[in-house]
Amino acid sequence: MWNEVVLILELLTQATWSPYIAGAGIGILVCLAFLLSNRPIGCSSGYVKAGGLIEKSISPAHAGRQEYYREIVPEVDWAFMLIPGIVIGAFIASMLSGQFQFIIVPATWSATFGNTPVLRIIVAILGGVLLGFGARWAGGCTAGHGISGSIQLSLASMISAACFFAGGIAMAMFLFRVIGGA
Amino acid sequence: MGALFTGLHKDRGLQVILGLLFGIMFGFLLQKSGVTSYDVIIAQLLLTNFTVMKVMLSAVIVGMIGLALLKHFGYAQPHPASGTIGSNVIGGLIFGFGFALLGYCPGTVAGAVGTGAIDALIGGVVGILAGIIIFVRVYPKIRGGILMKGPLPAVTVQEFLRLNMWLTIVIMEVVMIGFLLLLEYIGY
Repeated sequence: MWNEVVLILELLTQATWSPYIAGAGIGILVCLAFLLSNRPIGCSSGYVKAGGLIEKSISPAHAGRQEYYREIVPEVDWAFMLIPGIVIGAFIASMLSGQFQFIIVPATWSATFGNTPVLRIIVAILGGVLLGFGARWAGGCTAGHGISGSIQLSLASMISAACFFAGGIAMAMFLFRVIGGA
Repeated sequence: MGALFTGLHKDRGLQVILGLLFGIMFGFLLQKSGVTSYDVIIAQLLLTNFTVMKVMLSAVIVGMIGLALLKHFGYAQPHPASGTIGSNVIGGLIFGFGFALLGYCPGTVAGAVGTGAIDALIGGVVGILAGIIIFVRVYPKIRGGILMKGPLPAVTVQEFLRLNMWLTIVIMEVVMIGFLLLLEYIGY
């Protein structure tokens, strides 16, 4: 009994798991979401709901006129709660392994572009805008299309995922190899 | 399908709690796999480290069989959506550019916030919300236009290949597992 407890504690406090094991766990989680909640695990619609709730709190009439909020209704539901859940889950995991750390400029970025927070934050905001805009344009994100959509054998999801990486690889190469010269 | 589960699906209060629990487990696994790190994601996009693809493909390898079995025994119903070139290819590329500039995706950015990444919070989350608020304004102008351009020839891969679902799954599994074995073989 005690040995099992020690084994589980060791596993939970390990810095990283094999990507194959963690990935398999995510695959099982998507199946459980279909079983218990009849829906895929996707993240970008949670942000639509959050954005809509923020807009509603500022100007209810204005938000009410937006057609998109009639398709994806801003409310606190499964898709909305997934996002704070991810924050909490990653917080617990990083605390258990002692990896929690406040950082503004990640190591790979500072090695090429220096450790000025302003530049990193400006590019991150620009990236975030394209990410949120593109996710809704494509109807999903890396989790919704890339994982959950592919699991459902969706052709549109697999094509989307291929384009996420095609665009991502092209921009990363441009940013770090061409502009950064690394 | 079991009455237990359809009842559960309609219970809005319980589903709110389930959403939070699924998020916690998903966030936990994302952090443990390493993909909540900017450095790991950028290394994937620069093709020097393949952790992101290993995690995603392992999830799909396991989930594809799992969901097909759930469907076979009547416990779950997949609902793949149809797509278009205008929506999935153009949207996918815009997403990809943002993916590389931010260094996180919408799920991993939330995970990164949980590990203390300030750039993920004041850059990523704020940017994503702004991008969505912009998209909401643009949507009425593009919904009947570019988003509908170039409908894909089929909804699912098996319809596209005109094959039985299980045979399609076997082919996909062999390709995905083969790709992961190849990555290990060549030293990634």
